[in-house]
Amino acid sequence: MLLHVNGLNISFTIYAAGLHQRRLTVITDLDVTVRAGELVAIVGASGSGKSLLAHAILGILPRNAEQGGTIAYQGELLTPQRKAELRGRQIALIPQTVSALDPLMRVGAQVRRAAERGGIARDRAQAVVDQTFERYDLAPEVQQRYPFQISGGMARRVLVSTAVVGQAELLIADEPTPGLHPEAVTETLNHLRELADQGKGVLMITHDIMAALRIADRVAVFYAGTTVEVAQAADFSAAGAQLRHPYTQALWRALPQNGFVPLADAQPAPDALPQGCLFAASCPHVTAACQAERPAARTVRAGLVRCIHA
Amino acid sequence: MLEGRDLSFRHHTRLPWLFQDLQLHIAPGEIVGLNGPSGCGKTTLARILAGYVRPVTGRVTLEGRLLPRQGYCPVQLIYQHPELAINPRWRIAAALAEGPPPTANILAALHINSDWLNRWPHELSGGELQRIAVARALISQTRYLLADEMTAMLDAATQAQIWHGVLRFAAEHQIGLLVISHDLPLLTRLGARVITLG
Repeated sequence: MLLHVNGLNISFTIYAAGLHQRRLTVITDLDVTVRAGELVAIVGASGSGKSLLAHAILGILPRNAEQGGTIAYQGELLTPQRKAELRGRQIALIPQTVSALDPLMRVGAQVRRAAERGGIARDRAQAVVDQTFERYDLAPEVQQRYPFQISGGMARRVLVSTAVVGQAELLIADEPTPGLHPEAVTETLNHLRELADQGKGVLMITHDIMAALRIADRVAVFYAGTTVEVAQAADFSAAGAQLRHPYTQALWRALPQNGFVPLADAQPAPDALPQGCLFAASCPHVTAACQAERPAARTVRAGLVRCIHA
Repeated sequence: MLEGRDLSFRHHTRLPWLFQDLQLHIAPGEIVGLNGPSGCGKTTLARILAGYVRPVTGRVTLEGRLLPRQGYCPVQLIYQHPELAINPRWRIAAALAEGPPPTANILAALHINSDWLNRWPHELSGGELQRIAVARALISQTRYLLADEMTAMLDAATQAQIWHGVLRFAAEHQIGLLVISHDLPLLTRLGARVITLG
């Protein structure tokens, strides 16, 4: 197993008024695994904790965050020190926007720096950068440009280059598709799939379930900071009867092409989480037992689900 | 009727035209979809129709008259990124009260939690903030709503919730909608008359 996140909890201590502190639990009992050669998509609403998971894996959560549960990489527990050693080397992030690039540094130099960080020897780094640019259809002269001088589509390919130019085995792509026109979306998705097919583990974080289904092997569905289901991509078909959790089914039926059915309620706020199932307020199948305690993760039809009715 | 006549636009006299002599009309209660490749001028067209940008040629009229230069504009534009549309230094309650305030029904239809009102924009998620941006345009003075990739950043469940709120309000008040989106299934579901630019 390349990555194994088990029972992850993240909370923040924030100042509510004056010196009065409050704790916000933003991730509760989150589980996900990624194998080598596998592409796992994480889908869920904004505010469901998708990006925080990436930050927790990379060890770049803000100082006021507290973390419980475990994250293991290649079977070994990730300590803060080990995360700092591995990020950019073994584990690389494909960031969401161009603003992740240094605006004052030429694009080629940034990718070369990522290559060196990623374990490529200094004298070979430029050659590897050249190859990577060629592979992603970036002309050699693009290396001399600054980030503001390249288009959105080119920027996306530069960001992918920074992550894959080294020797990272696990790639985390944070919302790689929004704002791109359909051809660029296809191109970006193909790049991610190709990386998985080469044996790397890819974790793709997205709100776009249709984009996820085009390339993912498995789909982890997040709601209010927890994994409610981990499904096979093929489970998303027809009326969604193969899906295990009512939220996943609702998400599937909310697509414009599948009924456009809205949820009954909004996602609960981190400071107002219910005692029982986090989806209870919107769930059509809710019973008293659901509201009493959080459902534990179970395996149903070879997928994980947190629902007592599944 | 919101009408754009002979609209042409380019950012500079040395740059190519984004569009030329474009005709477009939206009737009260009508839903018009707009799509086309990125960079073809969809957002610029919406900004022209909302009165934020002057076209190089042509004009925009509402019921035969030019858009008002003062007061609340009956043509409201909703952006893709709400964090760029809401003043980061105002609490949510202040942002909602910038124009005539939306009714409690609208806040309920968009699932806006009253706890959010005392927060700062950065303390809400993208989906929560977009609900605020939509709510403040859903007031009776609005006649036309231009939704520029309004839900492109949002998950399907949030997208459906927001659209149901907007569609109900638009039907009740006979509001005309222009929906800019790459998502063809969405335009089909809304029953939009689709115009392709570029």
